[in-house]
Amino acid sequence: MSLVGNLFKSSIGRKFLMAATGVVLIGFVIGHLVGNLQVFQHPDHLNGYAQFLHNLGPWLWVARIVLIVAVAVHIWAATMLSLENKQARGAQPGVKLWIRASLASRAVRWTGYIVLAFLIYHLAHFTFGVAGKEHFKERLPGYLMTSDYRVAGFPVVKQGTEVLDVHSMVILGFQNPIVAVFYIIAVGLLSFHLLHGVDSLFQTFGLRSSRWSGALRKVAVVVCLAYFLGNLLIPGAVLIGAKGLREGYRGPGAHVAAAR
Amino acid sequence: MVANNSQQALSITLRVWRQAGPDQPGKFVDYPAKDLSPHMSFLEMLDMVNDELTRKGEEPIAFAHDCREGICGTCSCTINGKPHGPGRGIATCQLYMRTFHDGDVIVVEPFRATAFPIVKDLVTDRSGFDKIMKSGGFITARAGSAPEANATLIPKENADLAMDAAACIGCGACVAACKNASAMLFVAAKVSHLGLLPQGEVERDRRVLAMVGTMEEQGFGNCTNYYECSAACPKLISHDFIARMNRDYLKASFRSAFQHASNSTGGGAG
Repeated sequence: MSLVGNLFKSSIGRKFLMAATGVVLIGFVIGHLVGNLQVFQHPDHLNGYAQFLHNLGPWLWVARIVLIVAVAVHIWAATMLSLENKQARGAQPGVKLWIRASLASRAVRWTGYIVLAFLIYHLAHFTFGVAGKEHFKERLPGYLMTSDYRVAGFPVVKQGTEVLDVHSMVILGFQNPIVAVFYIIAVGLLSFHLLHGVDSLFQTFGLRSSRWSGALRKVAVVVCLAYFLGNLLIPGAVLIGAKGLREGYRGPGAHVAAAR
Repeated sequence: MVANNSQQALSITLRVWRQAGPDQPGKFVDYPAKDLSPHMSFLEMLDMVNDELTRKGEEPIAFAHDCREGICGTCSCTINGKPHGPGRGIATCQLYMRTFHDGDVIVVEPFRATAFPIVKDLVTDRSGFDKIMKSGGFITARAGSAPEANATLIPKENADLAMDAAACIGCGACVAACKNASAMLFVAAKVSHLGLLPQGEVERDRRVLAMVGTMEEQGFGNCTNYYECSAACPKLISHDFIARMNRDYLKASFRSAFQHASNSTGGGAG
């Protein structure tokens, strides 16, 4: 078989694709979280950051296509491998004793389904404005930057520019307790999904061995826990009222009137 | 592991998978086994139950066994949900009745996997492993008189690691323990055992590509890194060998795609 054949048709090749796309997606979710934590800074930060990403233009689409391909390959490989596994297993034993498989590994398929459902909802919510329409960024009044937004020291969004008010959209979105709780549960399951993923990708790349697998597991637990806590912070802070709307927010609609 | 009643005779109920032939439906059947010596091995207990069945004119339970000292890999029962039963690093033949308690119900079934079709009762056809071995589980060594022992130097660490992998007895417990019926631990042990030694290193790439290919053809599943295989292995072969095989396979795939190969079709000068 050729290299492409080996990667897409063989058992180990497909697992390599799972792991490689997993690395891309882990990198994305961590970067995404770090970017979003700017919500706790002055609104200039998150709004400037959103405008900066928007200004990337074609490069934004390159990144989006890479992520879409990564998600598609990850799901395709998982589906193919799972179907083959079901076929290979055939009859289940009458009694099955789990000797040491971790809960994270056993739940990985189910957490995967929920992460996918969450991904679709999250895009509909904050990217396309299909869910939670009334507080979608394009319906909110524009935001005037009170200072420059800088990336690596370069001012990329100038003071006085009118940008979309992403900061208020996020907070208004999480002021709905059902939405906030769903986000918290979903990112919790995503973190649990990553726990198996982080550990497994080293095994698949052939870099894991018992000499350091204990340390690897601990690092994976710490990374996933930190990832979960970081994600918990945003909807959590809004939910308990620790993080409110920015001063001077003038939004349309009854929702805003009630908040005032 | 040793129960308190290690000196007392015990009576148990055996719940055994009975299946008359490959395409016949199977079911669990209960058989009482009374007054057993705790020092009896599990297979001896099965022998006693079979003696009783034979006396009554019933069909004895078919089960696979050979050396009864844990080195041949023939015995193959899943006992109470674990291949080779409770206990760590032992084959079914090394399991003793003192492990169980008086009054226990013991569930015995064959090593299940699509690639291991049931022949009869507890006997499965594990020739899928033989086919994997045939595709690359050997070294193409020169035949002739034994070479001088110290002519080829092998680092002690490599020899030890190769020996850890070579401990595989090919029983199939890894496949039975795996929720995906994957043979990765077996293939990894064979690939690593040969690839770690200079005699087998020469064919390392070809071997791993061929053996993994045959593994897939035989209908074994894929590894999902649950590590149940190494926990059930009677020789406690580490799943580190699976990581090693993954690396070997990926390297071999990339190398075979880009390496310069000879255009020659045969041997000899041109």
